[in-house]
Amino acid sequence: MKSWIARQRYLIDFTLSSLLRRKVRNLILFAVYAVSIFVLGSVMLFSHAIRREAAQILASAPEITIQKLVMGRHDLIGQDYLDAVKNIRGVRRAEGRLWGYFYDQASRANYTLMVPPPDDAARALAPGETMIGAGVARARGASQGSFLFLLSPTGKMFKLKVKSILDSASELVSADLVLVSAEDFRRFYRLDSARGFTDLALKVRNSREIDTIIEKASLKLPDARFITRRDILRTYESIFSWREGLLLALLGASIIAFAIFAFDKASGLSAEERREIGILKAVGWETGDVLAMKFWEGALISLAAFLSGVVLAYAHVFFFDAGLLAPVLKGWSVIYPQFSLAPHLDGLQIATLAFFTVVPFSAATIIPIWKAAITDPDMVMR
Amino acid sequence: MSIRKSDLALGFLGLAALSLLAVIAHALISGDARHPAAAARLVAELGLTDLALFTEARYTRHPSQADLNTPFQDHPMSFDHFPTGSLIAPPARFGPTGGFAKTPGEGAR
Amino acid sequence: MISLDNVCKTYHEGRENEVRAVREVSLEIGADRTTVIRGPSGSGKTSLLTLIGCLSRPSSGRIRLGGEIISGLPEKFMTGIRRQTFGFIFQRFNLIRGITVLENVMLPAYPLGTDHAALKARAGELLEMLEIPGKAAMNAEQLSGGEAQRVAIARALINDPQMVIADEPTANLDTRLTMQFLDIVRTLRGQGKTMLMTSHDPRIWSADMVDTIITMEDGRVTAVEAADRS
Repeated sequence: MKSWIARQRYLIDFTLSSLLRRKVRNLILFAVYAVSIFVLGSVMLFSHAIRREAAQILASAPEITIQKLVMGRHDLIGQDYLDAVKNIRGVRRAEGRLWGYFYDQASRANYTLMVPPPDDAARALAPGETMIGAGVARARGASQGSFLFLLSPTGKMFKLKVKSILDSASELVSADLVLVSAEDFRRFYRLDSARGFTDLALKVRNSREIDTIIEKASLKLPDARFITRRDILRTYESIFSWREGLLLALLGASIIAFAIFAFDKASGLSAEERREIGILKAVGWETGDVLAMKFWEGALISLAAFLSGVVLAYAHVFFFDAGLLAPVLKGWSVIYPQFSLAPHLDGLQIATLAFFTVVPFSAATIIPIWKAAITDPDMVMR
Repeated sequence: MSIRKSDLALGFLGLAALSLLAVIAHALISGDARHPAAAARLVAELGLTDLALFTEARYTRHPSQADLNTPFQDHPMSFDHFPTGSLIAPPARFGPTGGFAKTPGEGAR
Repeated sequence: MISLDNVCKTYHEGRENEVRAVREVSLEIGADRTTVIRGPSGSGKTSLLTLIGCLSRPSSGRIRLGGEIISGLPEKFMTGIRRQTFGFIFQRFNLIRGITVLENVMLPAYPLGTDHAALKARAGELLEMLEIPGKAAMNAEQLSGGEAQRVAIARALINDPQMVIADEPTANLDTRLTMQFLDIVRTLRGQGKTMLMTSHDPRIWSADMVDTIITMEDGRVTAVEAADRS
């Protein structure tokens, strides 16, 4: 065993000496390899963490949301709809919600205007008051006590006093929120109370009854659409899977490019390398020694690249808030939340990443050597 | 006693493996401690339904609430002009009710 | 020490470019002797050397080492025997470029897994003995022809073989370096090594320490004679 270890160390010594002969080339190879793993790892870690975060955050979303559809489009929902569902068995509470979109020309950003529910005492707002998300505060340079001017779609300027700024720890869901009182909301959009609400939110006694409640409600309200909490969670699950898949597909091209590069590097066995293998065999190396030496070459490069890539990806996603991925996620949004994700590593993910990077590279290093390694060593004499 | 190349390489690998272990430990320790409590509370209190991650359009701001027709007005798979549109999938199978009627065999958990 | 019994070596057997490099050679090579194989180029000297040194296998016939048949052994055993018994000095030295002289010398001992410090010390001693200790940290391609040969000799000796095999050792050397090489051979003989060389260099055949001269022609041994010691 001791001599086995000593032997492997010698083989590593030799393979490193060989690699150092083409320092620049091999360093570039290593860097490209590590960067590929870093980018792949960042995407995987980020997607997984945000999926997990979304699931945790949205686990407290309304159990049932009811929208009214007119001609396939979302329309305002009337008080009569609210009355119709309020008394269905199992519904603990039903309320009409008011929220809408607003494009702010001053900051060229979209805000979500929203009225806090009446039972939210901490966020009870009087007319002329507002609470804004941290993203809006950044876009407008607003702070607690300052005034927010919004030019309503009806052409009327609204002056709102910023009562407070929503906790920046919740930015992932609140960055673009502008909370206003119901009176202000209706005046802002010129929406009289007869026209009802944006949608309805239902709380139920027992989450097992959701399907039954929807069934009953859909009989009463055939033109309504019901969105359950489970649908919301599923939406986010699929969005981030899709994004991950899409980015991975884009990266697939770069992986293939790298694979070609690696294969070319590894398999393009030059006459010089062939001669070296002949020399090694002639001076007393076995086929197995040559293969082990090449195995170490592949294993050292790919393991080092994999480990550093993964560790850097983790640091990037969780310590530097995935700064390099943000532009991709941001798209054309003006308001983008600042958020840190809860660190999370998934064993299966890491194993997948390892399998698809380390194994092919090691194989590409060893396999071409095979044929050269089993030839008779007397070729060096000729 | 000089330092051999293999010592350097194995040392580097060992260090890298240790940092991976450190990362795993970090994930295990701080991952569970960092439940996004503030955001979850706000979601519960305001009745929020979506993440404020993509604010450029209605259907990207509230993907779960968007009209089925909105994001991809002409064809469910067509691209639209917002970059995020290429990141957000059309709702292929939108829940047990599809938003309208109950599909049999899809009970709530 | 080594005996060959009706040994043949044919390359590309059965094809159009078939070469019968060694034909029906039967031969004894004694221990503690210096044997030189001579003959024109293409006479099969080098092929015979590779057969004796376990670098290749005979197409037919038997090779015995100390009474044991080694010609039919699997590669692993052949390599083991080669490693322990033979040290090779190739005509073009065959040093590995880009790595240091010291690493080149230590190379044959790597698969044995010997202690690193001891191995390094032994390589240093050999370079000292061959009077090139200052070149240890240089890369192989920076050496002159004579230096490269000494490194090749040191590499051949690292595993302390019983027999040193040299293929045309003086083909690339001038007279002064040839004389120095013969001095080294003399030293090795003094240390009890068996020497086997091929050469068509008369300076080698006529050297005083040569015991046996084997003459080859067209793959056959035409003469085995004791060296003229007059």
